[in-house]
Amino acid sequence: METTIWTDPIRVIADWLTQLLVGWGLPAGLVFFIINLLGVAVLATGAMLFVLFLIWYERKIVGRIQDRLGPNRIGPFGIFQSIADMLKIFTKEYITPLGADKVPYNLAPIMAVGGVLLIWAVIPFADRVYGVDLNVGVLYIIAVGAIGTLAIIMAGWSSNNKYALLGAFRSVALLISYEVPMVMALLVPVILSGSLGMNDIVRSQAIWYLFVAPIPALIFFLTSMAEVGRSPFDLIEAESEIVSGFNIEYSGLKFGMFYVAEFLHAFTISLLFATLFMGGWRGPGAEQFPLLGLIYFVIKTFFVYFVVILFRGSLPRFRTDQMMDLNWKILTPLALVSIMVIAVVEKALAGSSLVVRSASLLLANLVVALVALQFLRSSGKSQRELAESAGAQVVDTVSTREHTSI
Amino acid sequence: MLNDWLYVGLFFVVAAALPGIAIFLAGVLGPKKPNSLKNSIYECGIETVGETWVQFKAQYYIFALVFLIFDVETVFLFPWAVAFNILPLFAVLEGVLFILILLGGLIYAWRKGALEWV
Repeated sequence: METTIWTDPIRVIADWLTQLLVGWGLPAGLVFFIINLLGVAVLATGAMLFVLFLIWYERKIVGRIQDRLGPNRIGPFGIFQSIADMLKIFTKEYITPLGADKVPYNLAPIMAVGGVLLIWAVIPFADRVYGVDLNVGVLYIIAVGAIGTLAIIMAGWSSNNKYALLGAFRSVALLISYEVPMVMALLVPVILSGSLGMNDIVRSQAIWYLFVAPIPALIFFLTSMAEVGRSPFDLIEAESEIVSGFNIEYSGLKFGMFYVAEFLHAFTISLLFATLFMGGWRGPGAEQFPLLGLIYFVIKTFFVYFVVILFRGSLPRFRTDQMMDLNWKILTPLALVSIMVIAVVEKALAGSSLVVRSASLLLANLVVALVALQFLRSSGKSQRELAESAGAQVVDTVSTREHTSI
Repeated sequence: MLNDWLYVGLFFVVAAALPGIAIFLAGVLGPKKPNSLKNSIYECGIETVGETWVQFKAQYYIFALVFLIFDVETVFLFPWAVAFNILPLFAVLEGVLFILILLGGLIYAWRKGALEWV
């Protein structure tokens, strides 16, 4: 098949630039380096600027959820609001608290944004349109994702503020805990596709993994929401408890970077979910025309992002102990059990057709989900009964004026 | 293969440089008028008492330990997952056995009360 700008845009542009630069008399190695650098710069800058749109989009939708209009003054539908905000924040003074540990304090906002940006390197936006197709893509995502956690800990620790430190403590416990079921949920696309490469995982999804393995998909969605650290998992920056936590002593664009990192991360998990569980760029005609694949991918991603915003706009905050219980007593065992079930079913039906295998996997997932729900219901019931009997005891004690410890 | 990692390496540099340059530029553009009152630590209108870097709950250590065990164990599962399609049934069941041991560890930690937030 002939290679044109419509079938392989990145290759065509790269070839054209190579010819141009070699024509200027530059050595081949340097040209290669320059083209890689250009690709990186375009992708990373594009991601950063895209945040301006994301902030507007999210504020608009959250506004609608709360029965407000959202930003509507600057430009059509207020679309230039974030640009005005950015201009304002650029001219704000940095206030560094007394006694702050300067190096981690200044490094933390850079690492927060950088850690999220790095994930974009391996996301396949369309067939043949990606930064890089690492053969260890999923592991790379896990490794790079930890940088954001580190940035939050550094910010909280170095600010010389007790609220910030409390936020850092919480983030250590929560983000680290939620990494366990997330990594386990990521095992499932790897098992089903037999590859760690992101593009291979997309290619192998003739049927979306969301329908083949809904439980790991749900676990991945919830845990990555927690990794972002926004409502309902926003207790690392709870305004009403620890006055916005780890970023309290940051001002100006240093605070803005944490803000950017949060929005970009929320969108990035939507990208990852669409890639790993919703077939990424796959769709009719996407193999021939990558631009079509890009359109499918954007639609899927924005659907997931919309759900993320709905969660944010409608759910109240969890308590720390509830967060921990959800993670260690529900999501982690569920992830372990679903990996075992999926592994056994997939291997037992290795010879049969794709449809039969997918249907059996879906059935197995539903059975696991039903058993888990039944289990939760019975344990919740016994807990309620326990609480009610304890409550009855309290009433009893008060009425007889006996001072017994409960 | 090597080219892939060149790209990732460049991405590390650019991902650090982009926010770094933006923060630097904003520092140049913004006013710089520090004074001791402005730079004092925000703590609900009162002056901060004692050391900031206080002792923290032992609970955090327990969760960190549990995390360490599980995270390292799941890394062992990744090679198993990649090679899944060519593994015989026996090897798959061995992997399941490994996960069952993990589950046993989780239930042990649960029963010991390590997962309670008190």
